Amino acid sequence: MYQYDQYDQAMVDARVEEFRDQARRRMEGKLTEDQFKPLRLMNGLYLQLHAYMLRVAIPYGTLNGGQMEALADIADKYDRGYGHFTTRQNIQYNWIKLDDAADALADLAKVEMHAIQTSGNCIRNISSDHFAGAAADEVVDPRPYAELLRQWSSFHPEFTYLPRKFKIAVIASKKDRAAMRLHDIGIRILKNDAGEIGAQFYAGGGMGRTPMIAPLIRDFVPLDQLITYAEACLRVYNRYGRRDNKYKARIKILIHELGAAEYTRQVEEEFAHMLSVGVEPPREELARIAAYFVPPPFVSSEVETPDLSTTLEANGGQNSPFGLWVRRNTHRHKHDGYVSAVISLKPVGGIPGDATSDQMRLVAKLARDYSFDELRVMHTQNLVLPHVRIADLHTLWSELDAAGLGAPNMDTIEDIIACPGLDYCSLANARSIPLSQRISERFAANGRTGELGELKLKISGCINACGHHHAGHIGILGVDKKGTENFQLSLGGSEAEDVSLAKITGPGFDEDGVIAAVETVTDVYLGARRDGERFLDTYRRIGMEPFKEALYGG
Amino acid sequence: MKILTGNDLGSGAVTWWDGKGWSLFVDDAVDAGDEADEILAREVATRRVNVPYAIDASIDAGGHVRPAHIKDRVRALGPTVRRDLAVPTADKTGWDWVI
Repeated sequence: MYQYDQYDQAMVDARVEEFRDQARRRMEGKLTEDQFKPLRLMNGLYLQLHAYMLRVAIPYGTLNGGQMEALADIADKYDRGYGHFTTRQNIQYNWIKLDDAADALADLAKVEMHAIQTSGNCIRNISSDHFAGAAADEVVDPRPYAELLRQWSSFHPEFTYLPRKFKIAVIASKKDRAAMRLHDIGIRILKNDAGEIGAQFYAGGGMGRTPMIAPLIRDFVPLDQLITYAEACLRVYNRYGRRDNKYKARIKILIHELGAAEYTRQVEEEFAHMLSVGVEPPREELARIAAYFVPPPFVSSEVETPDLSTTLEANGGQNSPFGLWVRRNTHRHKHDGYVSAVISLKPVGGIPGDATSDQMRLVAKLARDYSFDELRVMHTQNLVLPHVRIADLHTLWSELDAAGLGAPNMDTIEDIIACPGLDYCSLANARSIPLSQRISERFAANGRTGELGELKLKISGCINACGHHHAGHIGILGVDKKGTENFQLSLGGSEAEDVSLAKITGPGFDEDGVIAAVETVTDVYLGARRDGERFLDTYRRIGMEPFKEALYGG
Repeated sequence: MKILTGNDLGSGAVTWWDGKGWSLFVDDAVDAGDEADEILAREVATRRVNVPYAIDASIDAGGHVRPAHIKDRVRALGPTVRRDLAVPTADKTGWDWVI
């Protein structure tokens, strides 16, 4: 994985000291909150309901064991012994003191991490496929390109004050595991008919109060023009994005109002101009970055090693707890004899994405022992050991299970995405976490999780949609109805390659009512599904009406 | 009644105007009445508290202060899903009125 050079380290260290001085001046009363707020937000420090919250960037969700241990130490030293992994592959701490914030940032800098650009109207943390570098179906490892984009976008003077925040995702397979088309810019690295690697650009997607799917802007951008094209996309947005209205300031609104064809025309014009100026970093820089992402020293496939079925047979078979975990929580690897293993942060009744410092340390150790010291954070608020030898799988699972991290529920109804909601977030209108806890308990108790198969349920506590409810096969949005929590149910969303936006079923429900409603819609699905259909497939075939009828009557 | 709340400058903890300063406990909150705006302006100027504001509240039969809005009730005690991290309170029925 990428390692800081002297410039990276110097920039991050300087930013820590700059913030230390700003925080000191705030504590001494020399800065007002209005003056200080934009400064702290540039360093990922929010003020939430109960305390300051620090959001730490985990570029494209990749980190190593030492970094995970540092995150655990920060949880113990400056917070309350836990952290929350987010839907942008980051981690948040909920109880940071202003006096401690600069020290926490200094500790992060020691392990090449920071909280820069995790807030504000700038280019945020670049996200990517959580199986990047390991997935059997990827064209190339997308992370060198994500890293190049990270370096280009970090402290970019032209894009520090964009009309609104800006999110970029990079993937390199047909399967979309990063909600790519629900980003301001989505990039898919692909191979063209001539066998050349390039980038497909989508722009103007997003969730929030006006969800939109990004249209295709450019089918193929040669890799030696990647940054130039991204810069052209940003320039047009920066010039014409709506700064007069916060709610219309995202690029999706600009592209919607201009039309994708006109936006593309303007981007192409800007692109042609910028090609003549020459802003693209030299190819040697991409090669330098790519050298950090060479595959780890896998055991050769010629060395005799047990395959998955032999390993399962030797450890209780397909239907054993281990077998279930393997079936649900492992992903096909590009190298024979290996898989990627998903560590669920969704125990039944648990808080999605939360991990204690002890759990983080254990995961760091497991990364060292079984995955070449590599880890990934998923946008679904779970963790990944990307390179696990099949021969080690049972031992790994035993250690995870003993620590309460062995829940076999990836992409099931128990693998719920939930934002922090009204339990922590100052923007929220309703609580998301208790709903997720009760729904996972309900389905674990009724034993239908397995029968339902792939069913992605996503909950947001407000219209900002951090819980990705627009992209849920089942989505739930919490709203404030005359001072009480109310929940809107929606169906039919997907963040994957079959991307779609969920539609609201009808009037909202109270907490008990929406849990019952989720059960009702799963009943409709089970009654109507054909062989091999997921919930989403059945919904798309039969439409909303049967679900509405079951929920609201004739 | 009108009570005043904000977040402590250093810790970010939720605080309540108790007539003399800022308390961590909602039960210490006092009715700011017609003086709410004046107190807020003064306290913002002294920079002892972050973004303070006035909210509606009532006193229940047991003498406990109850913020009117759900958001402030959650703020009063802490995350409902982590009661181990809650603000200590002598009010045994505390969690019953949050939601």
